[in-house]
Amino acid sequence: MAEQITIYINNKEYKVDPGQTIMQAADKLGFHIPRLCYHPKLSIEGACRVCIVEVEGARNYVASCAYPVANGMKIHTNSQELRQARRDIIELILDNHPLDCHVCERDGNCELQRLASSMGIRARHFQGERKVYDKDLSSEAVIRDPEKCILCGRCVRMCSEIQQVHNLTQAHRGFDTVVMPAYDMPMGESVCTACGQCINVCPTAAFLEKNYTQDLFQKLNDPNLIKVVQFAPSVRAAIGEAFGIEPGRNMEGELIAALRKLGFNYVFDTQFSADLTIMEEGSEFLERVQNNGKLPMITSCSSAWMKCLEQFYPDLIENVSTCKSPMSMQGALTKSYFAQKIGVDPKKILSVAAMCCTAKKYEAAREELLVDGMRGVDIVVTTREISWMIKSAGIDLLHIQPEEPDHPLGESSGAGAIFGVTGGVMEAAIRTAYELYTGQTLIDIELESIRGLKGIKEGKIDLDGKEIRVAVAHGLGNACKLLDTVRKDPERYHFIEIMGCPGGCIGGGGQPYAQANSIPLDEGALMKRAQALYDLDRGKTIRRSHDNPDVQKLYKEFLHSPLSKVSHKYLHTHYKAKLPKGIIPKNG
Amino acid sequence: MADLRKDNNVKEVHYKLTLCDGPTCIHNQSKQLHQVLDAEIKNRGVQNVSIHLSGCLGMCKKGPILIVNPGYTMYGNVKAADIPEIVQSHLVEGKPVARLTIIEDHLYNRFFRIFGDVDFFGKQMRITLRNCGIIDPENIDDYLSVRGYEALAKVLTNMKPQDVIAEVKKSGLRGRGGAGFPTGLKWEFTAKAVNGDKYVICNADEGDPGAFMDRGTIEGDPHTVLEGMIIGGYAIGAKKGIVYIRAEYPLAIKRLEKAMDAARQCGFLGKNILGTDFSFDIEIRLGAGAFVCGEETALIHSIEGSRGMPRPRPPFPAVSGLFGKPTLINNVETWANIPVVILDGGDWFSSIGTETSKGTKVFALAGKVRNTGMVEVPMGTTLREIVYDIGGGIPNGKKLKAIQTGGPSGGCLPEQYLDTQIDYESLAKAGSIMGSGGMIVIDEDSCMVGLAKFFIEFTQDESCGKCTPCREGTKRMLEILTRITRGEGRPGDIEKLERLGGMIKKSSLCGLGQSAPNPVLSTIKNFRAEYEEHIHQKKCRAGQCAAMLSYTIGERCVGCGACKRVCPAGAIEGARKEKHVIDAAKCIRCGQCFDVCKFNAVSKA
Amino acid sequence: MTQVETDKLNELNAFMEQAVQNEHSDSYLIAVLHKVQQLYGYLPREVMDTVADKMQIPTAHIWGVATFYHYFNLSPIGKHTVSVCLGTACYVKGAEKVLDTVKKELKITVGQTTEDRLFTLQEARCLGACGIAPVMMIDDKIYGELDAKKTVDIINQYRKAEKQNAEKQS
Repeated sequence: MAEQITIYINNKEYKVDPGQTIMQAADKLGFHIPRLCYHPKLSIEGACRVCIVEVEGARNYVASCAYPVANGMKIHTNSQELRQARRDIIELILDNHPLDCHVCERDGNCELQRLASSMGIRARHFQGERKVYDKDLSSEAVIRDPEKCILCGRCVRMCSEIQQVHNLTQAHRGFDTVVMPAYDMPMGESVCTACGQCINVCPTAAFLEKNYTQDLFQKLNDPNLIKVVQFAPSVRAAIGEAFGIEPGRNMEGELIAALRKLGFNYVFDTQFSADLTIMEEGSEFLERVQNNGKLPMITSCSSAWMKCLEQFYPDLIENVSTCKSPMSMQGALTKSYFAQKIGVDPKKILSVAAMCCTAKKYEAAREELLVDGMRGVDIVVTTREISWMIKSAGIDLLHIQPEEPDHPLGESSGAGAIFGVTGGVMEAAIRTAYELYTGQTLIDIELESIRGLKGIKEGKIDLDGKEIRVAVAHGLGNACKLLDTVRKDPERYHFIEIMGCPGGCIGGGGQPYAQANSIPLDEGALMKRAQALYDLDRGKTIRRSHDNPDVQKLYKEFLHSPLSKVSHKYLHTHYKAKLPKGIIPKNG
Repeated sequence: MADLRKDNNVKEVHYKLTLCDGPTCIHNQSKQLHQVLDAEIKNRGVQNVSIHLSGCLGMCKKGPILIVNPGYTMYGNVKAADIPEIVQSHLVEGKPVARLTIIEDHLYNRFFRIFGDVDFFGKQMRITLRNCGIIDPENIDDYLSVRGYEALAKVLTNMKPQDVIAEVKKSGLRGRGGAGFPTGLKWEFTAKAVNGDKYVICNADEGDPGAFMDRGTIEGDPHTVLEGMIIGGYAIGAKKGIVYIRAEYPLAIKRLEKAMDAARQCGFLGKNILGTDFSFDIEIRLGAGAFVCGEETALIHSIEGSRGMPRPRPPFPAVSGLFGKPTLINNVETWANIPVVILDGGDWFSSIGTETSKGTKVFALAGKVRNTGMVEVPMGTTLREIVYDIGGGIPNGKKLKAIQTGGPSGGCLPEQYLDTQIDYESLAKAGSIMGSGGMIVIDEDSCMVGLAKFFIEFTQDESCGKCTPCREGTKRMLEILTRITRGEGRPGDIEKLERLGGMIKKSSLCGLGQSAPNPVLSTIKNFRAEYEEHIHQKKCRAGQCAAMLSYTIGERCVGCGACKRVCPAGAIEGARKEKHVIDAAKCIRCGQCFDVCKFNAVSKA
Repeated sequence: MTQVETDKLNELNAFMEQAVQNEHSDSYLIAVLHKVQQLYGYLPREVMDTVADKMQIPTAHIWGVATFYHYFNLSPIGKHTVSVCLGTACYVKGAEKVLDTVKKELKITVGQTTEDRLFTLQEARCLGACGIAPVMMIDDKIYGELDAKKTVDIINQYRKAEKQNAEKQS
């Protein structure tokens, strides 16, 4: 390690490591320099100028996010003149921003609001022309509101650098700069995969999920409907954060109780259909292996990934499993198996999904997924929306008595729980496939090689002497990297898991906004959410999907066997190339 | 030199005619003149005459210009009707037509000596522009005849890269793009950087409104720029050079392309230059109308095919530039100085100029001055010398109010700064900047608030929109200035401008933002009273801010009705042959009545 | 597709094929867009799609570039482009008035095209003809020392020429 250097911050001497920025050094020393466009996962923009500091000898202020420390450097983070400049910058942003905080969705959760408040801005000085744009409501999932945009560029960088979808760009220039898709296309017609990561990183409300809470409240009051809800594994691992508690607490029981209090008649668990997915997908994989089917097989749970596939990798469509996502399987069964079981007309069932995901809103509306002409899932709400509903209904989530999910679509194994974390689907699939193939029970079921937040992970399993090579990617950018490898070397892997969001569903586009002392998609927070799901797995006696008694019952009563005709009708689908065609730049 | 070239068939030329092909001369029918001249020469069967078109010679007021060599006879304001006389008398009989020659003073005719014996000529000294006007820019032989590519030969045969850098450092040459960073130091940084390929870039994205030095240089002497770049490539170890030039300069682009072709053919450019193992080639990349691309990191992004937005530095381009590789960027004028530094030596070069600023500077002199055009003066020349001795003073008996240098990044210096010397530090101390070379003379008819507004309008329009201070701040400054010029200024507006301006200067990401407030801050500093008059008395002393004007019709009115007809607001009443009256409430102050009146009966106040 | 359209597309494709063979081929995007504008007069959306495909550059990136640079037209332009110089020298000598006159005469603002598609109005930063300020440029021809009347006269010349042209053809 290189020798430490001396820097001075506000006239105090410190020893720090060389080769880092002023901001990084200051963070470790307990100086949190205000910032806006900076995000540790994204490239340095240096655009907002909020993080400026004074460096003695420099003619102008420097952006601490970009400027490297040097030996003997004298830095001031809080001088009077600097504070004034920083404050003026925030004021200038506010002057071109709708002043409707009290009716804004991000009220109380907005980084700009927090900054303005910490700067002590109490008056306006430079008011003038404000930008005026219409909201883009065309997408099922993601709303774009350029009036709220402060041009920090995080969404553009997220969309191109991490997700590599390249849907968003800054168009025009100067005061007229706007973030938009190519040709100012409506989001709904663009290459947007609806992953919602732009929402996650937006400091304000320039991107939001399409909100269905009012619609849902209204329907919950309809006495003629049977209200059924399912919730994804990752929702329980993150929803506590929306109520101010530290990441990592599993809120499953509390959430079930709260959903019943909101008025749902049945609360099912998407983890059930995660187990079911494993039965179907695992069987499909084995069939491909045994009958020389198309390999590598790629998972199909992530809806953002499915749109990405159809636009960017249409040549790989045959490689993708025909399984619907767990949410859509659950929805299909709710409107068929479950409706029959309770003897009601499926049209009278309101099927709701509480998801960590924004793309599920898009998925639920896909025509290919209709069941007997009906949508399997009628309304999708995100973790954020459901937490707001819980608050709005005055339900005390943190102190509520935990409850159990309903049958027949509520029981789940530990394998279903870890679906929410990158690598989880693969791990769950291996637990079952191994046993289906070899007839033996896999002893060491925790596959460390495909756990963790590394972008692309690889592993090998020995199936009775047959080596199965697997790979896992999370975040569409990593997925693209992995798929480019597959295009070049189709023999390299047998089975691939892809999740559209960083970290998998735990980092979904619908998860609670970062807490005041944190940043969106903070790795530490993601790891804690992941740990909550791994703990849930470990705490269960049933840890393999095929051991789930409700799943076994379902096959006995309704589906008969994996990949059966009934299964195909309700649990499988197909994909096709989609326009507009997207382009993954060759340089990555 | 001749033996070094691949192709050497120098034609024997008796009379060489150079016709200025700058835009002003074209406007004044130089094209037509060219045809007439051609026809006349053919008609009279005159032998051994060649006609060349040159780039702008910088004497726009006297255009079209025709130079006859040898003898450096220069004809000005040439009309087609004069051609037969010139051809007959000068080319046939050998007697220059005295009544058409320009012999006004030192400015116009002295620098047309071939440069070997260049020395001070009056107040001007042509180093960068040494060949502009005396050679045919489309003929490499002409460039060779003025010791062209000799510097390159010297460098490749007698100097190591580090010797070249040492020579440039010794010369004291500083970047002519505006910031004035020592060129030799920049070269040294880039030479030291190790990271695979390296690049040399010529910044010809001249965007200052009112500045056209780079265009003039490339159009008049493209090879000089190329030679400078090749030498730079050798010095830092680059194999590739790029000229980033505005798409708005088609002639300059064409000349550069032609020059590059010729240089390649002669072995000055391409593989194994002059038979050595040094290879270097140059490519042209076009800008597309973005002023901010003059900033080096924005320029790099533009060459890379992206939006021309700057990024924070460090890393500097010398370390990580084009495609992430070490990159040396200099502007046209800087490159054009390099062959001179090499041939005449750093010592000689550094003998010109002031303590901190060496050599000469080219200015595009414009505005309210008699002689407009490109002038090149040694550093240390005073503003007064440029405006009065070279520029010929202010026309129409008006008084000088200010001199604006540095374009939208610069400042306005009032009369008391006339004796300021041209150098980086003196101009900065006076409150302006050297900039890339725009120099606008302003007389009492110009409103300083309006001028400040003009410049901020420009930078606001050209702001890339990346950083908050520049994107939002210049917009607010423009709004405040707009209301002041409309007579709607409020007390405290000046202080707001100062507060915003100071913040934008210190906090912006790139040079464009950091200098955008300069025209405003310098006019506030030097002409605060004008701002105050606008705000408090709703008065514009220059009579330029329309909203504060009132038009009246005086006794001279003969009732012709011209003003009434032209008035778009129907504000003028009056019977025929009787005095007309303007209804101030209806008047929109467009000034058309004032312009149309043949009897000077309309007055504005 | 007409023969003319096919020829244009072929020329563009040939240009791009050359470009993609170079190192850092993405960096030729602006050059390609210049070529598109040279061929089509502006940047048509479907041509930008072709560029995206051929150059393997995301359309959003192309759109960002196309809208950033003022040289690129995003909609069809008129037969003649009128550029009024707003450089400093011209400004000092009354360029604003020239611009106002043109606007009034053509009934359009900067960046727009007249209804008859005859003129597109643009601002220019400096045409380098400061000696004869104020100036405007129509297509490649510079007109200097303008005042309101002279400006209108020049525009009328073009209108007249167009009318004569039309008459000749009919």
